Amino acid sequence: MLEISNIDVFYGDVQVIRDVAFEVKKGEVVALIGANGAGKSTTLKTISGILRPRKGEIVFDGVPITKIEPYKLIEKGLALCPEARRLFVEMTVDENLDMGSLKGEAKKQREKTREMIFEFFPRLKERRRQLAGTLSGGEQQMVAIGRGLMSLPKLLMFDEPSLGLAPILVREIFDIIKKIREEGTTVLIVEQNTKQSLSIADRAYVMETGKIVLQGPGRALLNDEHVKKAYLGV
Amino acid sequence: MKKTLPLIIAGLLALLPLIGLSSYWMHILILVIMWSVIGMAWNLLGGYCGQVSFGHAAFFGVGAYTAGILYNKLGISAWWGLPASIFIVTIFALVIGYICLRLKGPFFALGTLAMGVILRVSAENLSGITEGDLGIMIRQRTWIEKTWYFYIILLLAVIAFYLVKKVVESKLGYYFVAIREDQDAAESLGINTTLYKTIALCLSAVITGTAGAFYTNYMGYIDPKIVFALHDISIVTIMVVMVGGVATYWGPFVGAIIMVFLAELIRTIPKLGAAHHTFFGILLIVIIIFLPNGITGDNPKLKKLLRIGKAA
Repeated sequence: MLEISNIDVFYGDVQVIRDVAFEVKKGEVVALIGANGAGKSTTLKTISGILRPRKGEIVFDGVPITKIEPYKLIEKGLALCPEARRLFVEMTVDENLDMGSLKGEAKKQREKTREMIFEFFPRLKERRRQLAGTLSGGEQQMVAIGRGLMSLPKLLMFDEPSLGLAPILVREIFDIIKKIREEGTTVLIVEQNTKQSLSIADRAYVMETGKIVLQGPGRALLNDEHVKKAYLGV
Repeated sequence: MKKTLPLIIAGLLALLPLIGLSSYWMHILILVIMWSVIGMAWNLLGGYCGQVSFGHAAFFGVGAYTAGILYNKLGISAWWGLPASIFIVTIFALVIGYICLRLKGPFFALGTLAMGVILRVSAENLSGITEGDLGIMIRQRTWIEKTWYFYIILLLAVIAFYLVKKVVESKLGYYFVAIREDQDAAESLGINTTLYKTIALCLSAVITGTAGAFYTNYMGYIDPKIVFALHDISIVTIMVVMVGGVATYWGPFVGAIIMVFLAELIRTIPKLGAAHHTFFGILLIVIIIFLPNGITGDNPKLKKLLRIGKAA
């Protein structure tokens, strides 16, 4: 569904992504893990069109998206649940959800999708008229996920969904991600929380200093000696 | 009540000339309303869309010169400047937007600031078109009485008020606020941020430009230093909105009343000269500290303060 072939990405003259290639197949949960500064978020930014690769190509659903304007990607079925949530804090929960479904089919299905999201997150239904900025961190993350789902994406990308959340909430968020996949949405997740993401991922890639150094099924990587030493601290 | 309030206020304002105000008071009223128009225009771009412009004098000046040049070169009434400025200012806004809107935050502010200065210097030097520093004089003003000028600017204000309200309450308004709150998030949700920022800029510029064209007709004289002024136009525009309340419907109106009256008040202090800018500076600092959302925005806070004052 998403194929990234040998991309190089630069910030000015500094190369941060070196020859990265991976793919996400339909129906999978794929995790991209690694330490701070490994280039995970940069990879996501490149997929979402905010950064452009100097070399290589990104193909989504059979269409090259390397040169497409970022705002057009969502209509192609590629949605991002950005790092640190990036909600519109002076809008209500409902309005934030509306912002996720601005065009086409997503707009027509808006109320139906909203009901589905409220089933996922009953707490949001209670707070639908509240300003997003007044919610707790966990609730804000729920709104961000909801906003991503509102566009009825084929592929939903998560950038650090566990960032700044209490452990119990982290588990809840990961359970939701599993449910999202069961509903038929493909998931690409970028995380520092190695253990949680590996345990729900079908396949995972490990990034270090801009390169992919390891790959394999999530469960298998959990038992990999290098991963254990470098990321799990055991 | 809430729906008809703008009409009631416009109606009351429309009655004001009938009670026989002096020419001076009419002048003050006209200035207040003109500044509200410019403030509303700036508010659409700066308040709702979050693109803080330090160069609104550029659009004001282009509007003013459109009227002036039509009169001076083509020999037709400067009032044609009002409709003509819509067209001309849009073109300028598109060019300025093309250059500046790729910049974000403070860089956009600096870019627009530069644009205002560039246009002033151009107007000073293109004397074949603009008469340079000599300026353009409307030799015979349309009316000696101020009443009609008042009604024209009032009409402009009503149109601007409803235009801004309509836009803010539409889909466009949501897009603008989304861009203000988080441009990257807005883009990732499928909003063509460049397009919508350009729309906000054009609307804002056109409203400002028509106010400029009105200014030429009303004052009867323009030169580059007046209509492209950085502090007397661009900065005052921002202050009108900041003092009144950013991203509120009534903020620019409240701000315009305060700023115009304050300017008149400070002017009456003898031997102050250019030092009156100092007062504006101090006022701005006080407002940012105590009423960061402006008088309209911090209305509840202000009411509370006043009540404490009464009780004491």
